Amino acid sequence: MAGKLNFSLVAPEREIFAGSVDQVDAPGVEGDFGVLPGHAPFMTTLREGVVTVYDGAQRRRFDVKGGFADVNGEGLSILAEEASEIVEG
Amino acid sequence: MASLKEMRNRIGSVKATQKITKAMQMVAAAKLKRAQEQAENARPYATRMASVIANLAAGVGDDGPRLMTGTGADQKHLVVVATADKGLAGGFSTNVIRAARDHINSLIANGKTVEIVAVGRKSRDQLTRLFGDKVVKTFELSEHKTVGLHAAQPIAELLAEKFEADEADKVTLFYSQFKSVISQVPSSRQLAPAEVDVDASADAGALYEYEPSEEEILETLLPRNLTTQILAALLENQAGFFGAQMAAMDNATRNAGDLINSLTLQYNRKRQAQITTELIEIIAGAEAL
Repeated sequence: MAGKLNFSLVAPEREIFAGSVDQVDAPGVEGDFGVLPGHAPFMTTLREGVVTVYDGAQRRRFDVKGGFADVNGEGLSILAEEASEIVEG
Repeated sequence: MASLKEMRNRIGSVKATQKITKAMQMVAAAKLKRAQEQAENARPYATRMASVIANLAAGVGDDGPRLMTGTGADQKHLVVVATADKGLAGGFSTNVIRAARDHINSLIANGKTVEIVAVGRKSRDQLTRLFGDKVVKTFELSEHKTVGLHAAQPIAELLAEKFEADEADKVTLFYSQFKSVISQVPSSRQLAPAEVDVDASADAGALYEYEPSEEEILETLLPRNLTTQILAALLENQAGFFGAQMAAMDNATRNAGDLINSLTLQYNRKRQAQITTELIEIIAGAEAL
């Protein structure tokens, strides 16, 4: 594995998540996709769904409503219209 | 010359005013902190949005959506002027309006058609007085409890609609940039066609894969960018407003303090003069006996 993936999840009002993680799964308009470190540059719009962030044994889930994912050399950023963390119960 | 009682009342009323301005200053300071945080929190989204658009723009070239390339004309201008709803903040709103007014006047002098969208009650009042029916639409911010996406969205939708319908060739936004608590700079920003900051591109020229196509992404992204930019301006405005209000109220409190000092001095002098006169009268009366 090529190190960690820089991931940030930002909503218009604030930054929801920023940090290095192992893997992120996101709901793209043309199908869900997973991003690992070193992913090729890629851009897509998102549909409503759940973004899952994997870091080690930890897993965090976020509800997102529309937005964009941008994967480039620096990592993955998701610009969501609305986003909130799902508290696991 | 006012009587002693009148002077006492006057001092009392200035003291009451000072209490109010002092309270307003503290409220503004508390709100400023929150507004500043909000403006700062919104910044990552805006910068990332700019860099994504720059990346995309590099790939699309001249045949992108209209919001980016423009109509090619430069005749119909839409000017959005964002100010505060409330006053008591020094020249905060007036400064923005003055900058907008100069811009609008020079556009009119050059034979352009100008339409104005006023955001904020102050902007509406003053611009309607200045330009009358050129103000095509007004928005009030006080309908919303907090400045957020829901406040920026309707404005952005209206602008995009006008732009797509060929009713505007250029959209410019006037707002107050929040430099610091004591300094707010009236600024303008061109909203449409979108200004692309090529330097913001993270790694221009990278081979991107797009899902769906670049054009489709841009088409959904650009209206959203409009909203984001308006939101950013509204947040800056809000922070600037509280900063200006705090400074204005601080000034007012200090002025009231000076006034109280000089009034108290006058009052004491007058009271002393009266006491002296009364004493002289009593002594003179006693001697006469």
